[in-house]
Amino acid sequence: MVTCKDFLRELNDFLDETADPALRAELERHITECPNCWVICDTTRKTIKVYKGMEPDPLPEQVHEKIMGALRKKRCCEDGEHE
Amino acid sequence: MESDPHETAPIYESSPSEALLVERARQGDVTAFGDLISKYERRIYRMARQITQNDEDAEDVLQETFLKAFEHLDSFQGQSKFYTWLTRIAVNESLMKLRKRKSDRTVSLDENIETEEEPIVREIAVWDDTPELRYSQEEMRQILDKAIDGLKPIFRTVFILRDVEELSTEETAEVLGLSIAAVKSRLLRARLQLREKLTRIFKRKGDQILGYAK
Repeated sequence: MVTCKDFLRELNDFLDETADPALRAELERHITECPNCWVICDTTRKTIKVYKGMEPDPLPEQVHEKIMGALRKKRCCEDGEHE
Repeated sequence: MESDPHETAPIYESSPSEALLVERARQGDVTAFGDLISKYERRIYRMARQITQNDEDAEDVLQETFLKAFEHLDSFQGQSKFYTWLTRIAVNESLMKLRKRKSDRTVSLDENIETEEEPIVREIAVWDDTPELRYSQEEMRQILDKAIDGLKPIFRTVFILRDVEELSTEETAEVLGLSIAAVKSRLLRARLQLREKLTRIFKRKGDQILGYAK
C-alpha cells in the first residue's frame, strides 16, 4: 500500500519512467485515488516541461569572435614560447 | 536499477565527426576547435547564466571554459562525451564566479543535506493548462529565472544539468563529483521547490489550495 509520503519519495523515478513496473503500477493506482498526489505529480511534470522548453539565451554580440581571438592569441604565444 | 548496465552504456561515446574535430583541435587546429565552440556555446552560456544569474559572469565563464578546454585537451580521454567534459569545466568556472561574488562559503556542492527535513509540499493547486500562452516569452523567462535563482546552488545546479541540459543521472553525478543517490535526492528537492514557486504564479484562478495528507 503506497502512502502519500512513499509517492513523494518515488516521484522522480515515476516522472523519469525509471521505476520498476510493479512499483510503477502501485504509484499509478495511488494517483488515481489521491487527488493531492495527482496534482503534485502533474504540476511537477509541468515544471520540468516549462524549463525544458526554454530556448537557450541568445549569445551576447561578438562573443564568439572574442573567444576565437583569445584562442588565436593564446596559440600564437605558445608557438612563440616553443621557438 | 542503478546496476543495470544498459542504463549507463550509451552515454560514454562521442560522435565520430566530433571525435575527429577534437583530435584536430588537439593537434592545435583552432578552426576545428571553433566548430566545437559553435556547436556548444549557446548551451554553455545558458547553463553559466542560470548558475551565476549574471550576464557578465556568464560571458566570462563561456570564454574561460573554452580557453581551458583548448589548453587541457590532452586530458580529455574520450571516455565520456566531449560535452560532459566541457560541462564539468563550465560548472566549476560558474561556481568559482558565485563564490567570488558572494565571498562566503555558502556555495558548495559537498554540503551535507542528509540531515535536512523531508521535502516540503505546501501549495497544491491545479495549473492553467497553458501558462506559457499567458505570458510573453520574455516574461516567462523572467519568471523561470527568478524561481530558479531562489534555489540553493547545490539544488539549482543539479536541476539545470538534469532537466534543462538533459544530462543523465550518471553524467550529472560524474560532472559534479556526487554519488547517484545525492543527485537523485537533490533533484527531487529542486523539482519540488520549483514546483512550489511556480504554482504560486501559475495556479488556476479560483482554485482552492488543498491540504496535503502526510
